[in-house]
Amino acid sequence: QGEGCRTVPLSGHVGFDSLPDQLVNKSVNHGFCFNILCVGETGLGKSTLMDTLFNTKFEGDPASHSQPGVQLKSNTYDLQESNVNLKLTIVSTVGFGDQINKEDSYKPIVEFIDAQFEAYLQEELKIKRVLHNYHDTRIHACLYFIAPTGHSLKSLDLVTMKKLDSKVNIIPIIAKSDAISKSELTKFKIKITSELVSNGVQIYQFPTDDESVAEINGTMNAHLPFAVIGSTEELKIGNKMMKARQYPWGTVQVENEAHCDFVKLREMLIRVNMEDLREQTHTRHYELYRRCKLEEMGFKDTDPDSKPFSLQETYEAKRNEFLGELQKKEEAMRQMFVQRVKEKEAELKEAEKELHEKFDRLKKLHQDEKKKLEDKKKSLDDELNAFKQRKTAAELLQSQAQQAGGSQTLKRDKERK
Amino acid sequence: CQLFGYVGIEAVLDQMKIKTMKTGFEFNIMVVGQSGLGKSTMVNTLFKSKVSRKASQPGQEERIPKTVQLQSVTHVIEEKGVKMKLTVTDTPGFGDQINNENCWDPIIKYINEQYERYLREEIVITRKRKIPDTRVHGCVYFVPPTGHWLRPLDLEFMRRLSRIVNVVPVIAKADTLTLEERAEFKQRIQEDLKTHAISVYPQEDFDQDLDDRALNDRIREKIPFAVVGADQEHQVN
Repeated sequence: QGEGCRTVPLSGHVGFDSLPDQLVNKSVNHGFCFNILCVGETGLGKSTLMDTLFNTKFEGDPASHSQPGVQLKSNTYDLQESNVNLKLTIVSTVGFGDQINKEDSYKPIVEFIDAQFEAYLQEELKIKRVLHNYHDTRIHACLYFIAPTGHSLKSLDLVTMKKLDSKVNIIPIIAKSDAISKSELTKFKIKITSELVSNGVQIYQFPTDDESVAEINGTMNAHLPFAVIGSTEELKIGNKMMKARQYPWGTVQVENEAHCDFVKLREMLIRVNMEDLREQTHTRHYELYRRCKLEEMGFKDTDPDSKPFSLQETYEAKRNEFLGELQKKEEAMRQMFVQRVKEKEAELKEAEKELHEKFDRLKKLHQDEKKKLEDKKKSLDDELNAFKQRKTAAELLQSQAQQAGGSQTLKRDKERK
Repeated sequence: CQLFGYVGIEAVLDQMKIKTMKTGFEFNIMVVGQSGLGKSTMVNTLFKSKVSRKASQPGQEERIPKTVQLQSVTHVIEEKGVKMKLTVTDTPGFGDQINNENCWDPIIKYINEQYERYLREEIVITRKRKIPDTRVHGCVYFVPPTGHWLRPLDLEFMRRLSRIVNVVPVIAKADTLTLEERAEFKQRIQEDLKTHAISVYPQEDFDQDLDDRALNDRIREKIPFAVVGADQEHQVN
């Protein structure tokens, strides 16, 4: 109501009172998703508690204590109860609290939660999106397992919860609470609550705005953190089979509200507030993540003149900016290319010139050589000719001389005779 | 995984129901058709109350406007704890001119404007918790009971609009057709729609599974619905 529209009375049954049923039926056909994150040290009974809560046996072996870092193990199961199909995802920390240096222990958890938000945001921002068929992996509830020391919260717990409280609905629980006596438990709960308050840790409050659940949620809020025990073993108590843990000194019944708060946890988590947990995750934690992420990416809702920006305009502006930059880069590259080409061309021209010069030089050299050779040849030829002449002359002389000598010899011989 | 005992997961259905009843519903329908086909009466009959545009301007002389106008009237109706904000958008002037070319343009513009408005709200950084939904959820198109075929105007309009909105064609003032005429008329209209590939609500593409398809097929056999509106009560028997 509001904006001036009047309420009009109906003169008969129209039938739109079936709208909630229509919506519910659609959801039933579609199936529900519920994702729980269990954060706690190794050995606090996380897997057992999940088995107990959902009355089933999820597979998995207990983790070792020698993990080098904190990891998250995620498993998805399909559960069916009457006509409701639930896609349950249980994420557990592995190796939490086992390291010597636990300063960064919370980081893998925060990163995991953010990654699920991011995946959803990406899908939502897609142009062609299939949100109604999207398998929502965002964490709807974080069960924080507190070790049953009976004293106070560990600093690791405080630090981790503080980092998670703005990202996920935290429900703190005291694990293995059969290790604490009743009086210690009351003191422990008070100590924990006061420490959470004094450190400003926002844990999930069960909603009290709707009259149908306000009362029960109100009382339950006062019982936080829930002291739980998990067990899948059934023992015969009286004449019924019940989930319990057997000790030499007695038995602890899981579903006995006098023994532990397991029933309260189940009521709150599943039977009363499952839908509210999902809604809070979507409308509060996810919206916060989305806002921060978009602002980080540079999107704003109002420009300096306080006029509303449209995301489209921002996109366009960014796109133009990007294109402008691309163009600039392209120009720069083109310039560089042209420059390089010029340089190379000049180089090549230089080289060509050099080559030409060299060629000319060589040619000249060659010509000189040739001339020299020719000169030499000529001189040699001249010499040869001269020699020939001398030879001919010498021969002539010789033959003359021989003749003369012959005649001389004859003359001498004659004279001798 | 097998559940060995009752967990209580089905309680989430009730949780959801309570939440939806608290937030209430918004429903926006548009009625399109020539004047005199009984659109306002039909809407009043459907919702058993005076929710049409004429109801909020009682006693005014109706003049056919020169161009297609769009008038939205919003009322809140409640039934068994379920609150619904009903907006009826009327289109006086549609199909009433001598030249009706492009008379669907203002309607298409209006529908797209509502989508645009919703999109703007959706992509804002700090979003509202509940985005006001003014998008047209269904468009009831009134076909005059000629008994012959769909007119070119009907085909053009339905063809264009079935792409962007759920179109529910109805035969107006069907009490002027005999049962045989009605059956034949429906048959011809169905063929016409198929020939021109006009996909009216419920669209076959959106059938989710076999059960859904079976249910919707039964509905599709009856399209277009032959309706009669009456907002005055008389004693019967």
